[in-house]
Amino acid sequence: MKFIELKNVTKTYSTGVTALADLSVEIEKGEFVFVIGHTASGKSTFIKMLYREEKPTKGSVMVGGVNVAKLRNGKVYKLRRKIGVVFQDFKLLPKLTVYENVAFALECLGIKASEIRPKVMKAIEIVGLKEKTRSFPHQLSGGEQQRVCIARAIVNEPKLLICDEPTGNLDPDTSKEIMKVISNINKELKTTVIMATHDKEIVNRMKKRVLLIEHGVLTGDYLKGSYKSHESI
Amino acid sequence: MKAFRIIGRSIRDAFKSVFRNFSLSIASILCATITLLVVAISLMIAGNVNNATKNLERELNIVVYVSKGASDYDVTQIQNKIENIKNVVKVDYKSKEAWKLEMSEYNSSFGNVFDNYDINPLLDSFVVTVKESKNLETVTKEIREIDKIESANYGEDTVNTIVSIFDVVERTTIVVLIALVFVTAFLITNTIKLTIYSRRSEIEIMRLVGSSNIAIKLPFVFEGFIIGILGSIIPVIITIYGYIIAYEKLNGHIITDIIKLISPFNFVYIIALIIVLLGALIGMIGSLRAVRKYLKV
Repeated sequence: MKFIELKNVTKTYSTGVTALADLSVEIEKGEFVFVIGHTASGKSTFIKMLYREEKPTKGSVMVGGVNVAKLRNGKVYKLRRKIGVVFQDFKLLPKLTVYENVAFALECLGIKASEIRPKVMKAIEIVGLKEKTRSFPHQLSGGEQQRVCIARAIVNEPKLLICDEPTGNLDPDTSKEIMKVISNINKELKTTVIMATHDKEIVNRMKKRVLLIEHGVLTGDYLKGSYKSHESI
Repeated sequence: MKAFRIIGRSIRDAFKSVFRNFSLSIASILCATITLLVVAISLMIAGNVNNATKNLERELNIVVYVSKGASDYDVTQIQNKIENIKNVVKVDYKSKEAWKLEMSEYNSSFGNVFDNYDINPLLDSFVVTVKESKNLETVTKEIREIDKIESANYGEDTVNTIVSIFDVVERTTIVVLIALVFVTAFLITNTIKLTIYSRRSEIEIMRLVGSSNIAIKLPFVFEGFIIGILGSIIPVIITIYGYIIAYEKLNGHIITDIIKLISPFNFVYIIALIIVLLGALIGMIGSLRAVRKYLKV
């Protein structure tokens, strides 16, 4: 069985807008996949469905053997513990330090204090912020804040890392650094990475699998894809 | 063990966030303080109104006169019958001789009049105490049906008016108290909602990293508990010291000697306990309701 398997997924919002229409796709464990498309093409809905922020109207969404579509509200947290999510707007807690922001994810899960410290320090080291553990988010640059967000997403060693336009608020050089971090996580920790992005340069340079979503329909699936083949986007 | 760690962390985080979000916490605490103070004062007033009406009710009783010519045996029979009537608490017998003696002692001119008679013109009597003032009417009716009863009265018109006034006062204080508790709950809940609204991103992140709903709710519930307890401190101090001082200044009664105030101990402690429990409970429920709004998946 594939790690992620979407079968005939349709999502229609209560407003009547169909965000995804009969979408089917399979993703292997350890893959690095870009999801590209116009604004409002449905790629955000696709991403949100993987961590059960949205439920499909029709079809099934299997993540790590769990049918996310049938998951009861009270059980969603179990799925989320296996997934790390990175956002464009970082979503850090402003009153917590870098260390506390990363540790927060583990404390919420009731993990022992003695186990938290080494895990948090490891995650902070992976994203290269060892010197800034005591800084508050407002004392960090955009790139550094995004690194904290990544550290928080990977601290629980998730099988899947979902990135929703992680470089959207960053300059090209910082974006490159962030991509390096995410790429390393994919290579070294064997974490499956699914990343929605608009950043042509990144997609073209990385030569990874690319899923193209247009008007809610999967119109392209390229194994070593790039933006070049879809210049219209 | 995991559950204990989550509870421990929740308590620690609750204390932390009360201080980290100090201005909002102060707003919630002040709101709780003001509303709980109003509830505490109302409780003290309601308690005393209730106590005063109960005391006055106890003063209301039925005076029964036995017909002339009733033998001692008849009097004993009548007393037994009255004692067996439902809601009768106490029956005090006073013989015509006792009346004569009391009247003579009260005023010597009565004594002189009585001395001119060979027989005692007075009647044997009973003073009947009933459970509640609303029982006066039915008990009086039943007494009147007993043989050899000259009269049984409780001052019908005045007493009926007083009883209906007591009834209205009691009902009104209960309604006002319940309304006040609801207003308090509403105000405290809304202030806590504002505090939690400003922290919805925290809840969002907790959800995203895989916290169970209960683990998300707990710190906020403890926080509401702390706010409720802190908010009840001033009302409790005012209740205890304010009431004791007022009691001493008023010499234990208000307006007239008839309207007695409840003695401060244990009354103030009971009110203080109610206020603390109310504060803690409303704080917890308020937080729970506010968090629930952000937990929809």
